[in-house]
Amino acid sequence: MMQHKAPQTALRRMVTDLVTTAVIALVIFGVMVGLKTDTIPGGLELTPRWLATIEIVAVVVLGRLMLHLIWWRRKPGVGAGTTWVPARVLRGWAHTLVHLGKLARPALLVFALVMPFLPFTDRYLLDLSILVLTYIMLGWGLNIVVGLAGLLDLGYVAFYAVGAYSYALLAAHFGWSFWLCLPLAGILASFWGIILGFPVLRLRGDYLAIVTLAFGEIIRIVLLNWYWFTGGPDGLSGIPRPDFFGIVGFERGPGGFADTFGLEYSSLHRIIFLYFLILALALLTNFVTMRLRRLPIGRAWEALREDEIACRSLGLNTTTVKLSAFATGAMFAGFAGAFFATRQGFISPESFTFTESALVLAIVVLGGMGSQMGVVIAAVALIGGFEVFREFAQYRMLIFGLAMVLIMIWKPRGLISGREPTIFLGARKSISADLVSQGEGH
Amino acid sequence: MSAAPLLAVSEVETFYGKIQALRGVSLEVFDGEIVTLIGANGAGKSTLMMTICGTPQARNGQIVYNGADITRLPTHQIMQLGIAQSPEGRRIFGRMTVMENLRIGASVTDPAYFDEDLERVFALFPLLKERQNQRGGTLSGGEQQMLAIARALMARPRLLLLDEPSLGLAPLVIRQIFSAIQELNEQQGLTVFLVEQNAHHALRLAHRGYVMVNGKITMSGTGIELLARPEIRAAYLEGGAH
Repeated sequence: MMQHKAPQTALRRMVTDLVTTAVIALVIFGVMVGLKTDTIPGGLELTPRWLATIEIVAVVVLGRLMLHLIWWRRKPGVGAGTTWVPARVLRGWAHTLVHLGKLARPALLVFALVMPFLPFTDRYLLDLSILVLTYIMLGWGLNIVVGLAGLLDLGYVAFYAVGAYSYALLAAHFGWSFWLCLPLAGILASFWGIILGFPVLRLRGDYLAIVTLAFGEIIRIVLLNWYWFTGGPDGLSGIPRPDFFGIVGFERGPGGFADTFGLEYSSLHRIIFLYFLILALALLTNFVTMRLRRLPIGRAWEALREDEIACRSLGLNTTTVKLSAFATGAMFAGFAGAFFATRQGFISPESFTFTESALVLAIVVLGGMGSQMGVVIAAVALIGGFEVFREFAQYRMLIFGLAMVLIMIWKPRGLISGREPTIFLGARKSISADLVSQGEGH
Repeated sequence: MSAAPLLAVSEVETFYGKIQALRGVSLEVFDGEIVTLIGANGAGKSTLMMTICGTPQARNGQIVYNGADITRLPTHQIMQLGIAQSPEGRRIFGRMTVMENLRIGASVTDPAYFDEDLERVFALFPLLKERQNQRGGTLSGGEQQMLAIARALMARPRLLLLDEPSLGLAPLVIRQIFSAIQELNEQQGLTVFLVEQNAHHALRLAHRGYVMVNGKITMSGTGIELLARPEIRAAYLEGGAH
């Protein structure tokens, strides 16, 4: 009896499920797709679009049916531990991947260095690269605060804004050069990092996130309303372009960069210079972070992320540890901000909205918190992805969101979730996150 | 004992908001002793431990360490005076390796001592040496407890505070940990203040013991004396000895 009945109940369950799916889809899309509002004289008119609704519901039900037939057909337990790929091949892949990974860093660096001189490189690609590098730098900077110290900062863009406005205002009022203002912008931003740090010393997690979010908005709104100082919504324009290390500028004619170095004038020179400038700044951020991680202060940041009470019980002053993380992260945002200002030549509060903070945070989280390489991959994927999908502008956010959800399902700890230990006795061993999560971290 | 105690807690009262957790606790720990504080869940043992470390600070009373009043010092300064703590629940840094955990433990000491201290804790807990490049979170409970104690020892303490080192561990591992504590005390002269629920083991190990009930010390004496007391046997030992 039971054996005959089992497939029947399964079938019935499937049909019930499909009907439920159809009803839910109808309710959702019936309103969202099925009813279209048109403007007519005197108000709005509803135009029903039943065909489109039926199509969408059909697609949803079909998709659900496929899940039933293919995906959920597999019995639990069967295939849980096995994969389609033989274990030996998989190990071989892992081996190759590790080797490739070792080569990837120098290869990427060399590519980044020669990129502007490659034949296919044009103005568009250079501009895009500069944008990606800016976000990589911001990602690396935020990684100090979020990835290493574990302090969730939703207002990182505030420091970026402080850096940008510092340079713009100092250059406009005092006529100071970019090379003098760059460190000043970093110092001012880290000063604001400390100012933010003080009130949030006792906060962690969600509460900290809310306060930093508010701080980011406060900075933006102050910039928007302090008209005589910041230009308000009009922004600041005519920000000086950087010159070639204070020696020559990039303008056409005698005394310019091209003239001095005996080159033919090209408007690309300045862009290439900007490219190398942000590349150098980003690499500086990376270098300093990697060095700091090996120093007591970097270890203290990571320990703070792991357990604040344990930190204090070991005699670490968590106040200075937190403030130093905020200040260091903010400093790099300040550098990036100064660069942004000089590159754009014009800044306004619109460039420093919460979306920017969220984007930088998304880069850090997607890349795998604390991972430097992950930030690079995530920045290229997100910023580059935005550009690739520029033609489908209306679907851009949809695909972006979908990608985020998928990555968080497959790699919940980010793309690169392994963590390189900072000290070793004897041989250096890499610790894969996959191994660690299964309790065999060696 | 005639000398001044290394740690003297007198009439300490600690509050969590309006709730009073410690109701005038006084105890003393002399140089070179192992002193244990036993009591049931919620008696205030860990609160006393935390109060000694300054988180939370005592509202009334005084804590004197090595002749200096530390009642109002911030935690990180207290921990730089030669007091080290292995906190309740171990609280090791899970994503960092054993070595990195030990490095952070040595934050307050001169780096010149690091290698020497490292050798000493590895001699005490050879397992940690094998697992030095492994992440803290992947260690077993017993290994994590060893790491927590080792991490505290890296601070070269004169007084070691241990908060329930036997919590959630197998009897064999508990014995290992307790013999390590004894070794530290006998061979290196380390003073140990041990908070425990495992009264049987703690009292056998300790020179002296205190019993805490509802935020008050109700009994004190040598470990053996307390072990023999019928009320202790009834409250903490019957069925609990292993």
